[in-house]
Amino acid sequence: MISDFLERLFLGQDTTSRDNVKSRLKIVLAQDRANLSPQMMEAMRQEIVEVVSRYVEIDTEGLNFSLESDQRATALIANLPIRRIKFEPEAKPSAQFSAQESSSFSAQESSSSPSDFPGIAGSDSAPEPPANPDIDLSL
Amino acid sequence: MGRIIVITSGKGGVGKTTCSANLGMALAKLNHSVALIDADFGLRNLDLLLGLENRVVYTALEVLAGQCRLEQALVKDKRLHDLVLLPAAQNRNKDAVTPEQMKQLAYALTKKYEFVLIDCPAGIEMGFQNAIAAADEALIVTTPEISAVRDADRVVGLLEAHHIKTINLIVNRIRPAMVQANDMMSVNDVQEILAIPLIGIIPDDEQVIVATNRGEPLVLSDNFSMSGMALQNIAQRIEGKDVDFLDLDAPYDTLFSRLRRFFAR
Repeated sequence: MISDFLERLFLGQDTTSRDNVKSRLKIVLAQDRANLSPQMMEAMRQEIVEVVSRYVEIDTEGLNFSLESDQRATALIANLPIRRIKFEPEAKPSAQFSAQESSSFSAQESSSSPSDFPGIAGSDSAPEPPANPDIDLSL
Repeated sequence: MGRIIVITSGKGGVGKTTCSANLGMALAKLNHSVALIDADFGLRNLDLLLGLENRVVYTALEVLAGQCRLEQALVKDKRLHDLVLLPAAQNRNKDAVTPEQMKQLAYALTKKYEFVLIDCPAGIEMGFQNAIAAADEALIVTTPEISAVRDADRVVGLLEAHHIKTINLIVNRIRPAMVQANDMMSVNDVQEILAIPLIGIIPDDEQVIVATNRGEPLVLSDNFSMSGMALQNIAQRIEGKDVDFLDLDAPYDTLFSRLRRFFAR
C-alpha cells in the first residue's frame, strides 16, 4: 500500500479506471443511441467524403468520423481536413476563369502551384485585365 | 386514481426487487395504501424479499383465468397496514400474460390503492413489455458499472418510446471508497451519462443480504443502516418531498484518505 502511494506521488496520475469506463461508455452509448449499423455508417461516410471532395480536396489520412452524445441527443461529428480548395466542382461543367482570378487564388493556398489550376495558359507575365466598357479609366 | 410506478433496470441483479419491496414498505409506513405487483412470471422473488412466500395462495394468473377474485389473490402484509402483494405465477413464464391483461390488473388495483408498484423482470422482452404496459412513471435502478449503465440507457430509450415521461434514476450499490480512489464511477458520472433526474443513491450494504435472509426488508428495522435511510428518503421523494441526499463520503474521510486524494489530483 505504501508503494502504491509512492507510485501515485512520483509517477503522476495516469488515466484511472474511472476515466476509462466513462470514455468507453460515452462512445458505446453514442453508437447504441444512434442505432446506425456499421455498414450504414461506412456508406454514409463514403458518400459524405465524395460530396465534399467535389468542392475541396480532402486529406483522407486525417479524416475523422464519429458519433458523440450529450444529454440525450446524439450528433455525428465529421472532421475533414482540407488540403486545397478545388477550383471548379468536378461534377459541374468547367467555367471560364480569367488569368487574373487564378493568380489571386494561388496566393492563398500554401501547398499549391499555379500549374495545378485548370484554365491557365501561362502565368509568367503579369497579364492585362480585359477592358471593361462600363468604367472610364482615362486619365 | 393511484399512481402506477414501474421499477425496472434492463440488467438483472442490480436491486429492482429489493428496491420494490423496500419502497413499497416505506410508502406504507408513511401511511399510504400500496399494492405491489410481481411481474416476474416464472422467476418470482418479490414474495421472498417481503417474507410472504408461504402465504401465497393464488397468483395473478388465477385472477386472469377467472379462478379467483383479485382480492383473494392479494397477500396482505401483517406488519404494515395497507400493503398488499399480487404474486406472479412460478410455474409458467413471461408469455403467460399479455400487456393488456397487466393493464387490467394494475388499473383495478389503482382504484383502491394510492401507489401501485410494479416489479419488472430483467431484460427487454415480453416480461418487460408486460410490466411497463400500465405504468405512468418509471424508476430505473442501476449500479455504477459499465454493463448496468449501458442496459439502463437502452431501457430509458424504450420507456421514452413508450411515452412514459416521468423517469427517475436510482444509483444502487455505490461504494464511496472506490469512488474516491477513482476505481468506480460516481453518482454524478452515472447521472450525467444517463441524463435523467436522480431520485436516490443507495450505498452497497451487507445488511441488505441479512434482511433478505430474514425476509424482513431493511426499512422495517428500527436501527437504520445507511441503505435503509437512503430507501426511506427515496420514498419521501416519491411522495414529492424535497429531501437532501445522504453524504456517503463522511465515514471514509480520514486524514490519510484526504492526503491520498490531495496527491491523486
